[in-house]
Amino acid sequence: MVGLSPQHALSRRQTMALGAGGFIASLLAGRIPVQAADNGTLTIAYHVNLPSFDPTMGPSGVNPSIQAIYRSVFDQYIGQKPDLSWEPGLLTAWGWNEDKTKIWMDVRPGVTWHDGSPLTPEDIVWSLTRAGDPKGANSIQFIWSKIANFKIDGQKITADVVSFEPTIFMWMGFMTGYVMPKAYFEKVGADGFEKKPIGTGPYMVDEYQGNAFLRLKANPHYWGPKPAFETVVFKFVTDATSRVAEIESGSSDLTLEIPYEEYDRLRAKPGFAGVATPVSDIGLIFITNVAPMLDKNVRMAAHLAIDKEALVKRLLKGYGVPISTLEAPIYTAYDPAIKIAYDPKKAAELLKASGFSPEKPVKFTIQTTRGYKPKDYEMIQAIVGMWRKVGIQAEIEVYEIAKHYELRLSGKLGPAAFYNWGNATGDPTNSTGFAMFPMSPHSAWKGPEVLGMIGPLWGEKDETKRIAGWKAVDRAVADDALIIPLLQYVQPVIFKKALKVTANESAAMQPTLVAKA
Amino acid sequence: MIAGAAHRAAMMAVTLFGVALVVFVLLRVAPGDPIAMMIGPGASPADIVALRAHYGLDGSLPMQFAVWLGAMLHGDFGTSISLRRDVVALIGERLPATLELAFCALGVALVLGIALAVIGTLGKRRAGEAVVDGATGLLLAIPDFVWALLLVLLFGVAVPLFPMSGRVDPSLGAQFHTPFYLLEALVTGQGAAVRDAAAHLVMPVLALALPLAAIIARVLKGALDEAMVQDYVLLARVKGFSELRIVTREALRNAIGPTLALTGVQFTFLLGGTVIVERIFSFPGLGNMAIEGVINRDLPLIQGIVLTFGFLFILTNLVVDLTVVGLNPKLRHG
Repeated sequence: MVGLSPQHALSRRQTMALGAGGFIASLLAGRIPVQAADNGTLTIAYHVNLPSFDPTMGPSGVNPSIQAIYRSVFDQYIGQKPDLSWEPGLLTAWGWNEDKTKIWMDVRPGVTWHDGSPLTPEDIVWSLTRAGDPKGANSIQFIWSKIANFKIDGQKITADVVSFEPTIFMWMGFMTGYVMPKAYFEKVGADGFEKKPIGTGPYMVDEYQGNAFLRLKANPHYWGPKPAFETVVFKFVTDATSRVAEIESGSSDLTLEIPYEEYDRLRAKPGFAGVATPVSDIGLIFITNVAPMLDKNVRMAAHLAIDKEALVKRLLKGYGVPISTLEAPIYTAYDPAIKIAYDPKKAAELLKASGFSPEKPVKFTIQTTRGYKPKDYEMIQAIVGMWRKVGIQAEIEVYEIAKHYELRLSGKLGPAAFYNWGNATGDPTNSTGFAMFPMSPHSAWKGPEVLGMIGPLWGEKDETKRIAGWKAVDRAVADDALIIPLLQYVQPVIFKKALKVTANESAAMQPTLVAKA
Repeated sequence: MIAGAAHRAAMMAVTLFGVALVVFVLLRVAPGDPIAMMIGPGASPADIVALRAHYGLDGSLPMQFAVWLGAMLHGDFGTSISLRRDVVALIGERLPATLELAFCALGVALVLGIALAVIGTLGKRRAGEAVVDGATGLLLAIPDFVWALLLVLLFGVAVPLFPMSGRVDPSLGAQFHTPFYLLEALVTGQGAAVRDAAAHLVMPVLALALPLAAIIARVLKGALDEAMVQDYVLLARVKGFSELRIVTREALRNAIGPTLALTGVQFTFLLGGTVIVERIFSFPGLGNMAIEGVINRDLPLIQGIVLTFGFLFILTNLVVDLTVVGLNPKLRHG
C-alpha cells in the first residue's frame, strides 16, 4: 500500500481479487487466438502415441501408425517412396548373387549419427543380427533370421542366405527394418536409448513427453534432402474430436485420421487444404472354414450380395476403393481381371441351390469391431441388411480388436469376421500370402484349397513366376470365395493452406513429405 | 493409538491384496491376448511359445500370480510390454501429472462449490437460490467427459483461449527437474512456465471440477440451511451481524465438516474421472497411460496402474477418516 493515499489503499480482499484477475489475464494473454508455432515449426496433431523409441523391438516395431515418426528419426536400410516403390536408403545398392544363395549390400558412405559419430557397416550388420536374434523381441525375427554369416569388405556387406526369402529387401524398408547405432546402444543400453535416442534420420529428438508430444529438430548433417522445417512437433492427440479441434483452432498445422465428414467440412473452410489418398490398408471379411461357410454357395452368395460401391458412397462419403481381391490397385500383384461384381440375383440363386431363401435363411454370426476403423460397425450393419434380402441372416457380434487377435490366433474366429489388413510393401506375400496361407497364425480359412498353390511361392526365386503365382492364388481365392475383400481405405489429411503435403500411399505421414506451399 | 494404526495398516494391506488378486484374475480372463497382438505375420507356433515365455505368460495362473506378487513385494512391478520400460518408473513419471490435475480440480471444485452454496443460502427464497439450484443441477447432469468435449468446442475452437493438449507448450523449452510442473514453476518463480502450465490445466481441471462443485454446493447448501435456523445464528442476527458474515463466519464453520468428508469420498471418483479427461486433453497422466495399456493389453502396466489407483483410493479414505475425526472432537475418543 506504499504510495497510495488511505482512500485509495487496497484491502486484503481487493488485493487478492486483483491478483487472481491479473493471473487469469496473463493466462489469456498471448493466447487470443491460439496459433501454431512460427513458420519454422511444423506441428502435427498425431493420432497415436509413441510407446517406444526402438523401432525394431516389441509391439511398437510392428505398429504401422508409428512408422512416420520412426522414419523421421531413423533411416531404413532401403527407403520407400510415397508410391511404395523402393529407393536407396542407408544402402545405396543391394541384391542377390546369381543362384540367390548370398546377398550383398553397399553401405552409404559419409553418413553420421545424431551424436556426430560415423555410420559404419558394423552398425548395419549389428542391426540385422540383433533383429534376427531368436532371443530378442523383434516380431519379424522369422524374416531377419533368413540371412547370416555377414562379412564386411569396405562399404560392402555380404551374407549367406539361410533360407531364400524373396521379400527380404522389402522388409529392409518396412516394419522393423531400421538401422540402429551399435556403439551408442551398447554404451547406453536399452533404457538409456529410450531416454536419449539417436538415429541417422532427417530429424533429431529434442524433447519427448510420453502421451503429450515429441519435439524434433532438423538434422543439419542429414545425408538426404534438407528438412523443410527447423522444428517438428508431434502432438499425441488420440481423440479424433480433439484432433479436429486442434487443427480448427490453429493449434496444429496438420492432422490425419479424422472422420470423413469432418474432413469435408474443414476442407471447405478458408485457410485449409486436404489430401485424401487410397493407402495400403484394406477392409475385408474373414471367412472361417466352419459351417455354414463350408458350403461354397453360401460363401459366394455372401460376397455377391454386397454392394461395395454403395458402402463406399453412402457410408464413407466416397472415400474408399471397392476391391475384389486382397491386392489393392497399388500392389504388385493386382489383377484388374479378377472382379466379383455385385449380383444379388445370382446370390439368391446360389443360396436357393443350397436350400436357403429369405424365408428360410442360412444363419451365422459376423464379428466386427465398432469404431476401430471408419464406419466399421455401420458397414457390417449395412452388409447384414444386404444379406437379409438374398437369404442370409447374420447376427452381429461386436468385439474389441484385441479379442479379434486372440480368436484369430487360436483359430476360433466366428464364421465371418470384419478386419483390416495393411501391407505397405505392396508385395502379395504380405497380403494374400499371410492372410490365406492355412499355416499362418493370421489366416482364418484353414482349409487346403490354396495350400498347394501358396507353398512353393514362399521360396520362388523367379520374380515373374512368383508374381504370376500369387495372381493365380488370388484368382483361386476369389473363385472359391475364401475371403471377402471389401475396400481399400482412403487416408484423410487436413492441413493449413500454407503447406504442401505429398500423400504417402503407405499411410505414413512423414514430416519430410510436408513443405511450405 | 498404535493398535488402531496397525489395524488400519493391516486392513490396507488386505484390501490391496484383494485389489491385486481381482485385477490379476480379471485381466487374464478378459478378452485379448497381448501376444496375439504383437506376433509377426509368419510367426510359427514355436515363435509364439517363445514370445509367451519371453513375457512370462507361459506359466499357470497361480504361478504367474505368485511370481508377480513376489516381485511386487520387492518393488518390482515388472516391465511394460508395449513401452518396454519398468512399470514403477513409468508410474512415477505419470502419477505426479495426474495428482497435479486432480488436486487443482479439487481446489477449484471446493472454491466453486462453497461459493455457490453461500450464494444460494444468501439468496434463500429469492432468485439467487433458484439460479444456484439450476446451475448445480446443470453441472451435475453433465458428466465430466461431456464437459471436456464442450470445453474443447467452446474454449478450444469457438473462442480459442486455452490450449487443448498436453501439460506444457512444446515450444516452451522449460527444463523441469521434477514431474510436478506447476508446483515446481511456482516454487522456482518461472512466470512463463507457471502461466503455460496453468493455461494447460484450465480445461481439464474445469471438466473434472464442475460436477464435483455441484455436489459440494448441494450438500453444503443443505447443511447451511440447517445451520441457519440454529440458536447461534439467531443470536448473531440479534447482535446485528450481516447475513454474509453470519453465513461465512458462523454457519459455514459448523456446516463444512460433513461436506469435507463427502468431498474426500468424491475425490476418489474424480481420480477415476481423470482417465477419460486426460485422454480427451492428451494430458500425459496415469489415466491416459492406462487407456494405452488397455488397448495394448499391456498386463504388467495395467496391473501396476490399477494397484496405484487402488492405493490412492485407500489413502484418500484414510485421510478423510482422520480429517473427520480431527474436525469433530466427539469422535476422537469414541
